[in-house]
Amino acid sequence: MADNSKSFSTGDFLPLSDADRSHLDSEKITAPSQTFLQDSWRRLRHNKAAMICLVILIILFILSFGSHFFQTHNPNATNPDLANLPPKIPGLDINGFNGTLMQSGERINAYAQAHAHAGTYYILGTDYLGRDLFSRILFGTRISLTIALVASFFDLAFGVVYGIISGWLGGWVDTLMQRIIEIILSIPNLVVMVLLIVVLKPGMSAIIIAIAITSWINMARLVRAQTLELKNQEFILAARTLGESSFKIAFKHLLPNLSSVIIINLMFTIPTAIFFEAFLSYIGIGVSAPQASLGTLISDGQKNFQFLPYQMWYPAIVLSIIMIAFNILGDGLRDAFDPKSNRK
Amino acid sequence: MENSKNILEVRNLKINFNTYAGKVQAIRDVSFDLQKGETLAIVGESGSGKSVTTRSIMGLNAPNADIAGGTIMFKDQDLLKKTRKQMDEIRGRDIAEIFQDPMTSLDPTMKIGKQIAEPLVIHKGMKREKAMAQALEMMKLVGIENAEKRINDYPHQFSGGMRQRIVIAIALVNYPEILIADEPTTALDVTIQAQILDLMKELQTKTNTSIIFITHDLGVVAGMADRVAVMYAGKIVEYGTVDEIFYNPKHPYTWGLLNSMPTMDTSGTELPSIPGTPPDLLNPPKGDAFAARNKYALKIDTEQEPPFFKVSDTHYAATWLLDPHAPKVTPPDQIIERQKHFAKLTHETIHSNRGKHIEEEEQL
Amino acid sequence: MAKYLAKRIFYIILTLFIVTTVTFFLMKFMPGTPLTNQAKLSPSQIHQIYKQYGLDKPLWQQYLSYLAGVVHGNFGTSFQFSDQPVSYLIGSRLGPSLTIGGEAMVVGVIIGIIVGSIGAVKQDTWVDTATTIISILGVSIPSFVLAVLLQYYLGLKLRLFPIADWGGFMYTVLPTLALAASPFAETARFMRTEMVDVLSSDYIELAKAKGLNKVGIIYHHALRNSLIPIVTIVGPLAVNIMTGSMVVENIFSIPGIGEQFVKSILTNDYPTIMGLAIVYCAMLCVVLLITDILYGLIDPRIRINK
Repeated sequence: MADNSKSFSTGDFLPLSDADRSHLDSEKITAPSQTFLQDSWRRLRHNKAAMICLVILIILFILSFGSHFFQTHNPNATNPDLANLPPKIPGLDINGFNGTLMQSGERINAYAQAHAHAGTYYILGTDYLGRDLFSRILFGTRISLTIALVASFFDLAFGVVYGIISGWLGGWVDTLMQRIIEIILSIPNLVVMVLLIVVLKPGMSAIIIAIAITSWINMARLVRAQTLELKNQEFILAARTLGESSFKIAFKHLLPNLSSVIIINLMFTIPTAIFFEAFLSYIGIGVSAPQASLGTLISDGQKNFQFLPYQMWYPAIVLSIIMIAFNILGDGLRDAFDPKSNRK
Repeated sequence: MENSKNILEVRNLKINFNTYAGKVQAIRDVSFDLQKGETLAIVGESGSGKSVTTRSIMGLNAPNADIAGGTIMFKDQDLLKKTRKQMDEIRGRDIAEIFQDPMTSLDPTMKIGKQIAEPLVIHKGMKREKAMAQALEMMKLVGIENAEKRINDYPHQFSGGMRQRIVIAIALVNYPEILIADEPTTALDVTIQAQILDLMKELQTKTNTSIIFITHDLGVVAGMADRVAVMYAGKIVEYGTVDEIFYNPKHPYTWGLLNSMPTMDTSGTELPSIPGTPPDLLNPPKGDAFAARNKYALKIDTEQEPPFFKVSDTHYAATWLLDPHAPKVTPPDQIIERQKHFAKLTHETIHSNRGKHIEEEEQL
Repeated sequence: MAKYLAKRIFYIILTLFIVTTVTFFLMKFMPGTPLTNQAKLSPSQIHQIYKQYGLDKPLWQQYLSYLAGVVHGNFGTSFQFSDQPVSYLIGSRLGPSLTIGGEAMVVGVIIGIIVGSIGAVKQDTWVDTATTIISILGVSIPSFVLAVLLQYYLGLKLRLFPIADWGGFMYTVLPTLALAASPFAETARFMRTEMVDVLSSDYIELAKAKGLNKVGIIYHHALRNSLIPIVTIVGPLAVNIMTGSMVVENIFSIPGIGEQFVKSILTNDYPTIMGLAIVYCAMLCVVLLITDILYGLIDPRIRINK
């Protein structure tokens, strides 16, 4: 075995000089170091489904909030002459998008029948009062997404703070705060919401208050659990030993380490809140007429579903897409933040 | 080393892991033998490839592991060529494994008696009563008191040490020919460690099982192993009998490991450590992987991997320091002490009969 | 165990007490009275009606008598159906709701467990992707949309099931399906995550080392360990079903408490709203208690003997 060494010169067997050694530095870090968030973002970027959902949500945000400034039709303007017109997209001659519909076995041009002007078109049709469905769906989407933002705000403002206080202080404070949560948990969310809305009168503000009261519970529980776990870890103990104030520790050390739990849970609070708004509007105690919400649109559309299915299909599809997008993005974020949780 | 009493022969094993960052060369050409009834310790830092090696013997590597080459011969058959079903039959019957953490390696919702009896039911098709009776015997053998009562307890009702005894009972219930112990005492208290090691030695003499003992703790190896293989960065860098490795080490990495092990004399002085970190196996360095951390590195170490140099019939080391051209280097003081001790030891034992497998060799 | 039970029951009573109190005072501070919407009534008639409902007494007396009534299962008289006690109204409508709710829970959880396990076992294959898509759809599509679609396509178009009303098993199929979607999807997602976790645990590794084949590993070790935590989500699932039942019962015209709740909300029938709110809380409390006890019984690691 040792024979093959003969092909080397004796010079090769000199000890390594410091200069030779320097470029061998084994502690040299070859890949740029990444923070936890950067690393999670990289993993999220590799998740195609989650990225598609992120893009869809961004588009929906821009469309629904942007439509406030360049709407083609007023979402609340009624026009009984042009009621129940099917979708018509200029230049597209496909049944379902060309302004025709089946009536007693015949395909008729609904726009001509309603004596609409030649240039009139509604890309998703009109409802039973002749309101433009597309504008109304965009308006409803805006409400859903506003609810999403509101729910996130309360989740962060109440849930996170409640969880940190409960977990960090511990002792009787924690016990009391947990009892309160346990009691709230054994009351169905919907009962709380309904009672509040009955008292406050239906409308956006009642929904927002109802969501504020019910949406933060899960966040508080998860943040508390994580805080309890972090509290006894060395880096927190070290900060305490160094005499940092509790407040500073919470912000400098605790919050960054809670970030993944917070973001993941946020993504699951949002679809729940959106669902509740649509649900309440659907049963008729949510957003009040003439304002449009995806829930009221579905409820209205359902009445004509047999004859004008598009009136329910489109708002239902948009609502489902929003829910699906948030759910998939939430799953993606969970996998990205918690790499050991299943997928690679 | 080719020998008929080798129960397991690993040759030129190469394993890569396909990760998102690229191909990690976890095992880079590893060969070793395991003889009947002996204990082979594989020592190395975490990430050196010890566990990957044993997992391939069990056929339990992660799905992204790619076996790039080599053979693992067990009873004249290559385990790497076996189907999953064939491996199912071998695992738990011929080759068994003990894992590192007894707190998590038992099914929390199954009574321990049933867990111990399971391999009997799987491999011998035993009826429940018979298997449970044998499980009970096994529990007594591994030193669980009150076994009759405790056979229906759940894992959480046992301490860590007791759980590891149960895991050992599961592994040995079919009297396997090879037992792989993957850091079986790392998660345990020091006093319990000693008990578990004693138990393993005791059971080995009773069952004549060969043990592959994986550890990063050389202290454990001394009392346990017959032979030692030192692994670094996916390769074996030195192997020999336990005395050769402990008292006449040749590889600078082994020197480092031994030096960083506390002994009776190290009290008061600072414990030396090996500087630096192991290399990145995504791009293993050219030449000797240990060169960057090696105080005794030669120029050739950065150019060419050292081959194995023979020290004795049983002792080989892969370092250019053993090349006749290499300059004489002075090992650390502690190692010199050890080598002196070794000289004395070999002198003393020339006529005495130590090492059980030498005896066996004469018998065969 | 007895002590634990006593403690739990105490908390249930406390919760119900709080809910009763809060609903009572919320309703009392409501602007307007139940008579606002009525046709013009003479002051004496109003006084008569106030007396009939006990509204002429001081607030604290009204509160105490309401509380006493609730303890005895008496929630007052409905405003909407002035001759009917709320407790009778609720009692007569509980049956259909419990039937479709129970069916939805059983169907949803069982199919969810099966689909979730398949997804976990076939992790990272197309089967896993397919089951994930189905469960995402189940979580995302609102029950009221699903109910309408089922009613239209399976009921009206294909005429497989009656489209509405109540009377026998066939009438429960569509509402059950609409309600089961959410518990099914939640269970499937939860089950998949649990099972993936369990499958990568050390004791599954040990089971492999024993030589157990894949079927044996799943059947003897993985399934049981991932099934146990399912019990913990039954409570939240019950909440989902309660929520869903309000719209689903409405869509299928089922004479249940969900339909009644919506009706009462829309007609400002406060006594019925209050009564149903308390009943919903009580049902959830019972479900939570049962699941907690069940969890203690089936998980050997948890023994309630505090």
